Amino acid sequence: MSVTQLETSVRHTDRDVAVIDLKGDVTAASEAALMDAYREASRDEPRGIALNFSDLDYMNSGGIGLLVTLLVRAKRAHQQVTAFGLSDHYRQIFELTRIDEVIGVHPDERHALDAARLGARVR
Amino acid sequence: MSDRLPGEEYRAGRSSGERTDGPELPLPDDAGPIPRVPRDASYWAAPVQRLGAVSDAARSRGLEGKRLMGPQQGFGQLWQRNYRVPLPGVDLSAAQVVGEWKARFGEFWPSGGSFHAPLAGIAPGELAALDVGVGQLVLLSTGVFVLYADETSFTFMTPQGHMFTAWITFAAEEDGGTRTAEVSMLLRAADPVAEVAYLLGAARMEDRFWIATLTNLAAALGAERRPVVTRITCVDRRRQWRRWTNLRHNGGPRTLIHGFRAPRG
Repeated sequence: MSVTQLETSVRHTDRDVAVIDLKGDVTAASEAALMDAYREASRDEPRGIALNFSDLDYMNSGGIGLLVTLLVRAKRAHQQVTAFGLSDHYRQIFELTRIDEVIGVHPDERHALDAARLGARVR
Repeated sequence: MSDRLPGEEYRAGRSSGERTDGPELPLPDDAGPIPRVPRDASYWAAPVQRLGAVSDAARSRGLEGKRLMGPQQGFGQLWQRNYRVPLPGVDLSAAQVVGEWKARFGEFWPSGGSFHAPLAGIAPGELAALDVGVGQLVLLSTGVFVLYADETSFTFMTPQGHMFTAWITFAAEEDGGTRTAEVSMLLRAADPVAEVAYLLGAARMEDRFWIATLTNLAAALGAERRPVVTRITCVDRRRQWRRWTNLRHNGGPRTLIHGFRAPRG
């Protein structure tokens, strides 16, 4: 099975929310790339982080584990984490693993950003 | 050269203007390209709300109707536990190591416990019943759901009633020319009672259990004996107090009854 690297980029949309764009494979081997992106996204201490899965090619159980680790870090920093761009397949995996109960899944970026801002505000 | 877009090759001929010999499949005029099948599609279990038709072994352990529980649904501190053993002298690919592991999973368990593999084997969506001996008197009876399985790894997820809410991954890979086998888990104690048990000794039992499992696997594959390397990290020290209600699913009382009644092995 060929495994490609995870590429990430970070967008600071405003003071409240940062977006992490994920492209490629999310596996246990993606830890450094994902956590580096999280650190970069958290640089200005945003209240919310939105994960963009539009270009996700592959994810295994190690990748899901990484998302839980990221979520713990975000909770520690009082940040709301949301997700968007999930295909039906990955949305089902979020449901199966019940990670959708702790990361809000949204149909598009606008809703994900709004939810991240709102979640941060009501905390 | 075909002018079809990637992903369009599975569509019927109507939209491309080609004639087909067979009956034409009805497609709406605005049907777009069929999405590509994700590379991991066959590795994941299908979504389940609750465990449905289960084997007799699973039913007797109270697994029918239970929900799956990930680490985020647990009560206790979140732990990452990794156990890794090199397999020098083993001339198998990582896929072959995992193939053996799947096929003979129960054989590698330490004595005092038993693993009732699903009839279909360790495959996505299957449910296995298991018993784990705790001391001489108590037998913990529960099960695990096969969440994910590919050529070089497979992952179990625990159901309600299990002591832990966890994902447990078994994998093999090549590390500097030597095969290695690894068990890694992300887990929380399911409820306050399980958390106390974990702190009072269940964590050490976990260590002994998985070190023995990897030692048995390495021996069965003919590897030269090497120590199992353990790495334990507390990912989240905070307990999720709102999850104390998991207590109502605690399998302890039923487990004890089953443990005293059921023969081991």
